[in-house]
Amino acid sequence: MQTFAKNIAALLLLSSLDAYGAGSKVLATGGATSIEGGAGGGIVPWAVINGYGSSGQWSVTGAVSQVGVDDFTLNSRSISLSYDNKYELSLGRQQLQLDSMGGELNQQIIGLKYKIAGELLYSAMPQISIGVQQKKQLDFAVPAAVGARDEQGTDIYLAASKVWLDAVWGRNVLLNATVRATKGLQTGLLGFGTSSDNGYQYVGEFSAVLLLTPQWAIGAEFKQKPDELAFAREDHWRDLFVAWFANKHLSVVAGHVDLGSIATFRNQTGYYLALESTWAF
Amino acid sequence: MGILIRALLLLVLTGCSSSPEPKDWLYQQLGGAPGLEQLADGLLREIEQDRQIVHHFKDTDIARFRKLLIEQFCELSGGPCKYSGATMQESHTGFQITEADFDNLVGHLIKVMTEQQVPVAAQNRLLAKLAPMYKDVVYR
Repeated sequence: MQTFAKNIAALLLLSSLDAYGAGSKVLATGGATSIEGGAGGGIVPWAVINGYGSSGQWSVTGAVSQVGVDDFTLNSRSISLSYDNKYELSLGRQQLQLDSMGGELNQQIIGLKYKIAGELLYSAMPQISIGVQQKKQLDFAVPAAVGARDEQGTDIYLAASKVWLDAVWGRNVLLNATVRATKGLQTGLLGFGTSSDNGYQYVGEFSAVLLLTPQWAIGAEFKQKPDELAFAREDHWRDLFVAWFANKHLSVVAGHVDLGSIATFRNQTGYYLALESTWAF
Repeated sequence: MGILIRALLLLVLTGCSSSPEPKDWLYQQLGGAPGLEQLADGLLREIEQDRQIVHHFKDTDIARFRKLLIEQFCELSGGPCKYSGATMQESHTGFQITEADFDNLVGHLIKVMTEQQVPVAAQNRLLAKLAPMYKDVVYR
């Protein structure tokens, strides 16, 4: 928690410089940063490319987030590099604290995203991106003990995002749909594949966001999850959030999450808090 | 329950019938003719200070550009004008306008509208009318 507070202080300091390195993209069109590291909502990767770098521009984005539910705390931090509003490379690190059981599980995620087609704001067709996430569970003893097959896994996803301007009550609406192929158990936090099934599972992930003003948005997400582990049920994830885009350097997302049952601990609900700072050049 | 449904229906019906939006709603929201002149002037000021896009205007007759911009916004917003310039595609071909250039102009427009206290719904309506022009303007 202390490092979390330090991160926040550093981000706030950095973000107080408004005009420099702002990038060309319109405010909020870089999205937020998901817990896996790339641009997205909170739990869903979007077709959006992180940061405010438009064509020919680079952007660097740093993000920290915390999910606190009844028996677990998930701390995520990431840094991503984007170019040309087309390419996104992200490095993420997740620490799942097992508050009731004791101990922690760490996962690293290297993500690559490439925009295939469309312009989020300007084209009739949605912006479409393809992405891969190379995930590695760094504390595999516990996942192995509960039935996970591998400490590593590769997720592949196809995402479509579009903003409809003047869609509801004169407000802009963003919808995102993502299809993901994964072997991840609880997104890889409990490893990948099982002894009985090492095949890919296909899941759908969805976000809907209402932009109340250029700076404020509210949204909801649904993340379908596989249910492969024998010892415990795995549920779909949901969240509701409020996002504040202070400027092209700082955004804050606060939300409520419902993660269902995790490793036999039922009804895991709680808060989500995320901070992002981004710079373009 | 029956009362609730009837009340809800009434609300929906009156909600729909009480606001037949006038054809020039957006034009009025943007402040009519003086509002559009301010908008064009504000936009020209932003362009002038934007090193990334100002070079596209080095051979532009600014007075004519301003007049056409006002005409176009006026016609788009349902005002009593007729845009007399070339099509967006014709007038932008050869300029090699990039996605970043277009993004910058959209950003300037939002900034100027916000400064002139144009309501968010009207801002979004105008942006919705301009956004489809992207394909006729960029990389031509």
